[in-house]
Amino acid sequence: MSDLTTSLYVFMLAAFIGFEVIRRVSPLLHTPLMSLTNALDAIAVVGAIILVGERKSDLATVLGTIAIVAATSNLVGGFIITDRMLKMFKSSKPKKP
Amino acid sequence: MTTPLVTEQAIQVVYLIASGLFILSLKWLSSPATARHGVWAGELGMLLAIAGTLLYRGIVDYTWIAIALVLGTIIGVPLGRVQMTAVPQRTALSHAFGALCVGLVGTAEFYLRTPRIPPFMMAVLSAEVILGSLTFTGSLMAAGKLQEILPQRPITYKGQNIVNISLLAIAVAVAAYLVIHPDSTRLFPLMVVIPLLFGVLMIVPIGGADMPTVISLLNSYAGLSAAAMGFVLDSKLLIIAGALDGSSGFILSVIMSKAMNRSFTNVLFGAFGQVQAAAAAAQEARTVRSATAEEAAAILAASNAVVIVPGYGMAVAQAQHKVRELFDTLTKRGVNVTFGIHPVAGRMPGHMNVLLAEADIPYDKLLDMDAINPDFPQTDVVLIIGANDVTNPAARKDSTSPIYGMPILDVDKARTVMVIKRSMSPGFAGIDNELYYLDKTLMLFGDARAFVGDIVRQLSGDGHA
Repeated sequence: MSDLTTSLYVFMLAAFIGFEVIRRVSPLLHTPLMSLTNALDAIAVVGAIILVGERKSDLATVLGTIAIVAATSNLVGGFIITDRMLKMFKSSKPKKP
Repeated sequence: MTTPLVTEQAIQVVYLIASGLFILSLKWLSSPATARHGVWAGELGMLLAIAGTLLYRGIVDYTWIAIALVLGTIIGVPLGRVQMTAVPQRTALSHAFGALCVGLVGTAEFYLRTPRIPPFMMAVLSAEVILGSLTFTGSLMAAGKLQEILPQRPITYKGQNIVNISLLAIAVAVAAYLVIHPDSTRLFPLMVVIPLLFGVLMIVPIGGADMPTVISLLNSYAGLSAAAMGFVLDSKLLIIAGALDGSSGFILSVIMSKAMNRSFTNVLFGAFGQVQAAAAAAQEARTVRSATAEEAAAILAASNAVVIVPGYGMAVAQAQHKVRELFDTLTKRGVNVTFGIHPVAGRMPGHMNVLLAEADIPYDKLLDMDAINPDFPQTDVVLIIGANDVTNPAARKDSTSPIYGMPILDVDKARTVMVIKRSMSPGFAGIDNELYYLDKTLMLFGDARAFVGDIVRQLSGDGHA
């Protein structure tokens, strides 16, 4: 039970941090924001890796393998496209601070 | 080999560092100047977390993990290299993939753990599976509509909301039963299939203009389902990543709904289609003034301050590069050109900014609604390219209009308004735009890309010849 309580605290605090941090993201960058959070969400791959690696049942291996493929493609694609988009945002002011 | 306990603790420390990097990643995204550091922080965190996980001693077989990682990378690279105009559908597709991963892991965990699943665990597992499944099919539908494989028009029928809500209620009821009887393996598939169906039906009544809100909402669901998976697997890292993603999607949905003056429930259950029917009523034949590219070029050349208002039509016509040429030509002549961008312009949050940045327009010239609205009274010319409802003054004045109360760009306060449009047909919401009938408005009929190209040619022609 204490584990679950801790998890709930972690969830609540992370959600608050998320609100505060993301509220400050400029509307300019809302599309990259969405692709970046999507890439970060692919951390679910960690759960799928353990599921497949433990080889507890054939069903788990099959479902887990598909899950790793799906999450990895998000992870790789998400970071690539976010970086590509951000590279395009240039200021008209010539120098960096 | 190190002793298992040390490895275990090391993995936990790595996860902790990864969580910190994820938060930093989003923090750095707040400004274009530091945004790319954000991506690097995210990548480093991800790399650490995956490397740490691979050291986990419970893993006995790496074959399928390796195959799946390679396969995922092969699929992921082209998905990262799609054209910028395809970003909305790519994003929807990635929500689907994320949800698929979560749903599958949830399903596998259920069959591994049944029948001994404590009630709270079964409840979060159900949330994980239900959210994962409905987000999966919902996002696929959204991607299909955005890619125009599926019809973009909202499809509505009588009793639609009742059907949808009943389906969801049944899924929740099954989940509740499973919480009490976690050994009912036969019922579990229902909890997967019903939300899958619900996901499809949920998106059927959604039209193109609602996509920014719906994509954000699906983003939020994908995040929440990942957080639920974190509870099931007792992974704080996953809970944090899911919570960040969930709150990001939620904030974006709120911003999008506000920008359309509608509530979530209205977007999800209201289907703009029903409003449309009422709206397309009174349309008398009124006269508009139209102009040629030559006349438009002359007016633009004589002005000091120009605001360009892009909309989805610019993306459809692929006009952003021509718009950049116009921007360059006018800027060279000393005209101050800025862009006024409505939050729901395009098909996803920030869509226009990405397209214009791709065309090399400096981001400090891209202003959002609140920043640009005070400038319109001092603006000589507003050039509207493929935007309609977000410029309709009826939203401010006409309390009978379906879009009344929606925040708009106050383009009618500028001295001259020019609208590039294919024809006089009304916009997505089916509402006539009174802006077009004002004395100060000039209609420029034609394809956005071709017309902007013509203006540029006129401007450079008489400039130096």
